[in-house]
Amino acid sequence: MLNALGEPQSLLLLGGTSDIALAVAEKYAAGGGIRVVLAARPGPRRAAAAARLTALGHTVEELDFEATDTASHPALVTQAAAGGDLDVVLVAFGVLGDEEEAWQNHDAAVRLAEVNYLGPVSVGTALARQVTQQGHGVIVFLSSVAGERVRRSNFAYGASKAGADGFYLGLGEALREHGGHVLVVRPGFVHTKMTEGREAAPLSVGPEDVANAVVAGVAARKELVWVPAAMRFVMSGLRHVPRPLFRRLPL
Amino acid sequence: MTPLLTGWGRTAPTAATLVEASAAEVPTLLREHPRRGVIARGLGRSYGDAAQNAGGTVLAPITGPTTIVRAADGSALVTAAAGTSLHDLMGDLLAERLFVPVTPGTRYVTVGGAVAADIHGKNHHRDGSFGDQVVSLDLVTADGQLRTVGPDADPAVFWATVGGMGLTGVVTSVTLRALPVGSAYVTVHTERIAGLDALMRTMREHDDDHRYSVAWIDTLARGRALGRSVLTRGDHATAAELTGAAARHPWRPPQPPRLTVPFTPPAGLVSRPTVRVFNELWFRKAPRDRVGVESIASFFHPLDLVESWNRLYGRGGLVQYQLVVPDTAEAALTEALRLLSDAGQPSFLAVLKRFGPGNPGLLSFPMPGWTLALDLPAGPSLGPLFRTLDQLVVEAGGRLYLAKDSRLSPETFDRMYERADEFRKLRRELDPHGVLQSDLARRLHL
Repeated sequence: MLNALGEPQSLLLLGGTSDIALAVAEKYAAGGGIRVVLAARPGPRRAAAAARLTALGHTVEELDFEATDTASHPALVTQAAAGGDLDVVLVAFGVLGDEEEAWQNHDAAVRLAEVNYLGPVSVGTALARQVTQQGHGVIVFLSSVAGERVRRSNFAYGASKAGADGFYLGLGEALREHGGHVLVVRPGFVHTKMTEGREAAPLSVGPEDVANAVVAGVAARKELVWVPAAMRFVMSGLRHVPRPLFRRLPL
Repeated sequence: MTPLLTGWGRTAPTAATLVEASAAEVPTLLREHPRRGVIARGLGRSYGDAAQNAGGTVLAPITGPTTIVRAADGSALVTAAAGTSLHDLMGDLLAERLFVPVTPGTRYVTVGGAVAADIHGKNHHRDGSFGDQVVSLDLVTADGQLRTVGPDADPAVFWATVGGMGLTGVVTSVTLRALPVGSAYVTVHTERIAGLDALMRTMREHDDDHRYSVAWIDTLARGRALGRSVLTRGDHATAAELTGAAARHPWRPPQPPRLTVPFTPPAGLVSRPTVRVFNELWFRKAPRDRVGVESIASFFHPLDLVESWNRLYGRGGLVQYQLVVPDTAEAALTEALRLLSDAGQPSFLAVLKRFGPGNPGLLSFPMPGWTLALDLPAGPSLGPLFRTLDQLVVEAGGRLYLAKDSRLSPETFDRMYERADEFRKLRRELDPHGVLQSDLARRLHL
């Protein structure tokens, strides 16, 4: 159960080897180890992540997870809940891809939409069923400011995030009366292995900052947070910039 | 219907199906074994998750008549349905010149909840806790069987139920000893005390002179003022001691609240500056040393004057930390107060009380020693502070009160309640399929 201070006793990481997911799991080790289910592709990266979290005192379970294999998701969630209620679930998988390839190469465009939009919708519905049965549970979706106003430079990625962001905000409303709670986190540029080699945007943050926002947002039962918090005001300004001007901004 | 339920602290809401059932319908309900189990809920005054059952069933208070019988020697027994509030019970008892043998800081708890949490009051040093006053109770166990248990009939089940947080079965009715009193008023001796040492000395030496005793401490006071407090001790007043309006209506029962907090302010009004000002005023307002007559409501239940006062803590809610440490561990208490004072956490008036002997309840909270309780606005920053305090309490051989707890880990809980495994074993025998369930039981692996 999540306690009064927002400290969970179990954590499911979907995309469990991502830098942000691991940073969140590290934060939750502060009060002693909890049950962490790492759902990710099998391989050395998952094994290393499991070893790291075990060393922090967590009890780690590993499950095979493939974002595009949507048919497997309901069973995966059931399996993750076999060891007890899911208190906090982090939906932390996604791909960035090459921005230009993502609209010019058909396969790349479809794959990006599958991982970033179809996958989250698929696990979201499976998680919703579990949360409704439990009568409690927090789902955290890692969105992006790129989805808030989709721009020319990465519109395929931005559009997939925008879709999933809207789905999870709506899911939060739907789960309220069933005891569920959804937190959508919109980070700006985060220095992770996904963004390695790219030029950092202004107001860039590290995985630690996102993890802090997740932990604080879960405890405060927030529904939507930006990382850094100032990004909220930047984006709410950008949302209203007229298209001819928006087009000329160096974004 | 599936409402979102929380405890009095308004933290960690979960959804459950709320059902109403009479005492006669409870066996059927339990035999049906609803998905994710059942827990009985009273008036929701436990601070944490004791009366919540995420995804399962929550049973509303069981109502029924209250009967009072007098034995040949003049002593009185009262039998009440588990869902009867102490407020209503006091009304019935005062009409017969009797009083509840134990009352906590609010009248809005039920008799069943009082047993489940084995509540205590300002007279614990003399009269023990609620469970000590119970002669017998009706308990429907998971198999649907109605058992009448008491200290003399099936004591093992009885002492697991007293303090058992509703996890041994559903209590449907309770018979307890009532206390004959001389009026509905209390003669109160109020005294301001400058520091913790003097306070503890006074309480140790003079508590036994009075039936009721409690101290309120300003936790924001530091240095020399650490532990500055107001000590109040009282006894039921006789009719002869009353004057004015009290003398004209010596049996006037406590009235329902006149004020309410109508909505939840988003940010909460409990912060360090507001609490500092409140505590200062409150300390200055208290008489240096005076004896006066107070009503039952004003002496025992000052917070009941304002309905829904928990809303003042805002959307984030509140947590209460209530610890007890043995008599020999006074140093741990001083250390705990120093830690709280240094952390600058804003607590309105912490409460300090000396306990008398405990009882055989497997999960009963009181033990001979000192109990300290304070309310704080909930927030993640409390986690590390509370864990430090937990450590202090465990090392001192003390424990935390489950009726107030909303955040302990099962590991720490086990170090505080040495008979937890005995409780689990008995629960497995009584309820092998886990029909009785609560969020607290899930959290603490009971």
